[in-house]
Amino acid sequence: MNKQLELFLTFAKIGGFTFGGGYAMIPLIQREVAENKKWITDKDLLDVIAIAESTPGPIAINAATFIGNRVAGVTGAVCATLGVVMPSFLVIVAISYAFEAFKHLKAVEYAFWGIRAGVTALILKALWTMFKQCKKDWLSLCLMALAFAAVVFLKINAIFVILACAAIGIVSFQIRRVRK
Amino acid sequence: MILLELFWTFFKIGLFTFGGGYAMLPLIESEVIGHGWAATEDIVDFIAISESTPGPFAVNISTFIGRTVAGLPGSFCATFGVVLPSFLVILIVSRFFARFKENNGVKGAMTGLRPAVVGLIASALLSVGMSVFTPSTSLSEAFNNGFTESVMKNISFSSDVLPLIISILLFLVCAFLAFKKKHPILILCLSAVVGIATGYALGL
Repeated sequence: MNKQLELFLTFAKIGGFTFGGGYAMIPLIQREVAENKKWITDKDLLDVIAIAESTPGPIAINAATFIGNRVAGVTGAVCATLGVVMPSFLVIVAISYAFEAFKHLKAVEYAFWGIRAGVTALILKALWTMFKQCKKDWLSLCLMALAFAAVVFLKINAIFVILACAAIGIVSFQIRRVRK
Repeated sequence: MILLELFWTFFKIGLFTFGGGYAMLPLIESEVIGHGWAATEDIVDFIAISESTPGPFAVNISTFIGRTVAGLPGSFCATFGVVLPSFLVILIVSRFFARFKENNGVKGAMTGLRPAVVGLIASALLSVGMSVFTPSTSLSEAFNNGFTESVMKNISFSSDVLPLIISILLFLVCAFLAFKKKHPILILCLSAVVGIATGYALGL
């Protein structure tokens, strides 16, 4: 089978069977791409995760582009990325029509009334997980508080907050390096 | 031109989301809600849909917002916009991977970005919480003007007080389950069932 088609199908399978995205995808990528297809090694996969963490965008897209490019160049990257996006795209387009048709039903309204409390709990859990993974030196804690205050009290756009914190990170990293 | 605006907005969101998933929420709040394309409540509903459908949150939400704002072409433009930055960045980075990993600028930026994302998610949690646990109009009037007799008359226990208590309790139970590492879909199903039961029982 053509490499491009194979990449597309493999990543369509990965995109179609991971719920919630993010790190939930890694075991599936590992099985399909490293064990079955042997396109990359487990060590490569760790590198992919490391890159995905320090580049923008969802980890699934990053991994698909990286592995596609590794296996079959730019066309491979395009096919793998299209593959990983396609299932969600189709499912959501279908759901968005259904949601519009059904959201005014009493039962659906009630269900979402309850679900909103559940989602708030999921966000709290996500926040806690990210907090645990983050370093807790004084600089990190200050940046957390500053980012929070900038958005909540000063209503600053999140993009500017992200840019400012990245800049502060670069400067403080250089200062620490020079001191050493 | 709405299609171009969708593309550009989601391009920015894709470019500035580090860590994926819920790290996107603050950007969605600034950009999408700012455009008037959705309200906080819609985004919360959508998180539930995204958790129970395959694929990354970023792709799901851009497809959904694009579709509601400008139909199928809209969903295509928004999704293309959100994916393009990661795609281009990875193509470039994979050429200089070894140098990228050791680059001090990248390392430094990440030491600033990680805590920023935590602070931003906390702010998103606050605004979501405030929209989910809003007291009804007669109840918030009582909070503002004191619980005087005339205000109290307008408050009905079963349609103003009880729903708020139930949703806060439901939140606590769901949070407990989430911290016990129960699957998100299970938590969402449970909260949907409680929501339906409460709605019909109280005749909201």
